[in-house]
Amino acid sequence: MKLEQVAVKIIDCAKTFADGTRALSNTNLRIEPGEVMALLGPSGCGKTTLLRLIAGLEKMDQGGKIIFGDLDVTAQPVENRHVGMVFQHYALFPQMTVLRNIEYGPRVRGLSEQHRKKIVCDLIDLVRLNGLEHKLPNELSGGQRQRVALARAVAAQPRVLLLDEPLTALDAKLKILVRDELAELLRRLNITAIHVTHDQQEAMAIADRLAVMREGKIIQIGDAESLYRSPQHAFVARFLGSVNEFKRTAAHTQTGVLRIGSLDLNVHPSLGTEVLIRPEDVLVQTPEHSGAHGIVQTRSFMGDRIHLRIAMEEGLMVTADVPSNCHLKLHDSVSVLFKAERFMSGSETS
Amino acid sequence: MTKYSGNGRASPVLATLTVIVVLFMLTPMVLSVMAGIVNNYSQGIASGFTTRWLIQVWSQYGTTVHWSILLAFCCATGNILIGVPCAYALARSRSRWARLFEELLILPVAVPGLATGLALIMAYGTWRDFRQSFWFILVGHMIFTLPFMVRTVAAAFQRPELSALEEAARSLGASFYQRFLGVLIPAVFPAIIAGSLMVFTLSIGEFNLTWMLHTPLTRTLPVGLADSYASMRIEVGSAYTLVFFLIVLPLLSLLQFAAKFIQKKYET
Repeated sequence: MKLEQVAVKIIDCAKTFADGTRALSNTNLRIEPGEVMALLGPSGCGKTTLLRLIAGLEKMDQGGKIIFGDLDVTAQPVENRHVGMVFQHYALFPQMTVLRNIEYGPRVRGLSEQHRKKIVCDLIDLVRLNGLEHKLPNELSGGQRQRVALARAVAAQPRVLLLDEPLTALDAKLKILVRDELAELLRRLNITAIHVTHDQQEAMAIADRLAVMREGKIIQIGDAESLYRSPQHAFVARFLGSVNEFKRTAAHTQTGVLRIGSLDLNVHPSLGTEVLIRPEDVLVQTPEHSGAHGIVQTRSFMGDRIHLRIAMEEGLMVTADVPSNCHLKLHDSVSVLFKAERFMSGSETS
Repeated sequence: MTKYSGNGRASPVLATLTVIVVLFMLTPMVLSVMAGIVNNYSQGIASGFTTRWLIQVWSQYGTTVHWSILLAFCCATGNILIGVPCAYALARSRSRWARLFEELLILPVAVPGLATGLALIMAYGTWRDFRQSFWFILVGHMIFTLPFMVRTVAAAFQRPELSALEEAARSLGASFYQRFLGVLIPAVFPAIIAGSLMVFTLSIGEFNLTWMLHTPLTRTLPVGLADSYASMRIEVGSAYTLVFFLIVLPLLSLLQFAAKFIQKKYET
């Protein structure tokens, strides 16, 4: 199936609700043709509002513009924008079979029967719904419904695909499976897509780039790795994964020192007084090795790794993720080291 | 298994009480039915059974049964045509006027039917042909039953899934009529069925308003029943009640069953 590839430009878009709440501050964003962009943030950060503005389901404040390719769609209602939407609970038409659901877009747009058939057949193959064409939505599993919703959105040959928390309705185990499937399907469709989610793992697995949002603003845009490794805001660092947080004195900050127990680490002054490090960047070894002294307080076996909480001197707690073949036990004395180059700034700058 | 009483056995006191209440409610029904099929009510069963009261009722009041059923069907159909769009408008409108209208809509249920009937006669009584036709009673019944249709269907339209369905249809390019008829109506179909059944049932039994609006040539079953109680032997009135039971109850059960079936099929 050939789909158009357009860039999406969001220029000065904002949304203030009737009661005066500002759901979205002035926002600018460019999504490249064929790119999958995630809007990631906690609930109430404005990500769904932004998605609904792009879809045309919500009226934005004066002055904003939304451009698909060369076309300014700001004044267009949702019916004419040619967007495909996948809703949080799929919104499949309950009284229509899988086939009729997928065929709905092409049918209301007046495509010929022959043309419709071709589109639907291609899509049923693509999302592997063969044999389920004549089932009703309530006879399908969660994962199957999700695939019908995607196929229905794509069948109308949209210019842009919009996914509103597409995996939230699935249970944890299924979620990961469907997530990987969805990521693969989006690659194959090669369509410009915008994916709203509050789940950083989901965003990282599906999107090419992530726009992290908070309180109605986009605070950082980048690929998953750069956001995870070098976040420009402490909020981004904390939202994308767990962190250990340390405070240092002004004097230590100036000289680029971080003191943890008996250990003095070189941590650049530019990172500020509060610094963060991820649990997997903490090295835990038996006490004969050099490092800061600590005692294992809790030990959780997670399958692929072991999660440790270690009590350091002066009441400090450090969490560390170590390989699952690690022999350390509860209450063991340990020596802790840190990958100094992995420290991140913990100061809230936004 | 959860046991509700201490030892899991029914209490004899409660069982006796239940039997008494059931008997108390059944007795009038049994007496009423019996009165319609005995020769002489004052002599009871000893006077022997007969079908002559039933035959008399059927020849004298048979048309009221047919009109009542036709009226109820028309009332339900009319209220689907008026009530469903109205319910949609009320469900989607956020204005204060819509809320006020929703409150006012319930008035015909609270206002005594006699008052509504009188108002209708005062307003339209001079339109002779209309006044003397069944259309006049139909209008009254529709006014009285409309809120039941509108409220039931509006509640269905207000469900968040319905908004999502509508947005989905819009995003796929559907025009208002395409999504209203193709997506929304089928999705609220169970509510429309439930509303229609309510309207049908209320219309069949409506007396107050109909009594005000009827003419000797436009009588419904409840009005005929009142007439027979007032002017005939008790046996005739009772036979009339029996006719009601025999014709209307099976019809209602049938509709009830059909509605259940449809609702099950369309359940989301």
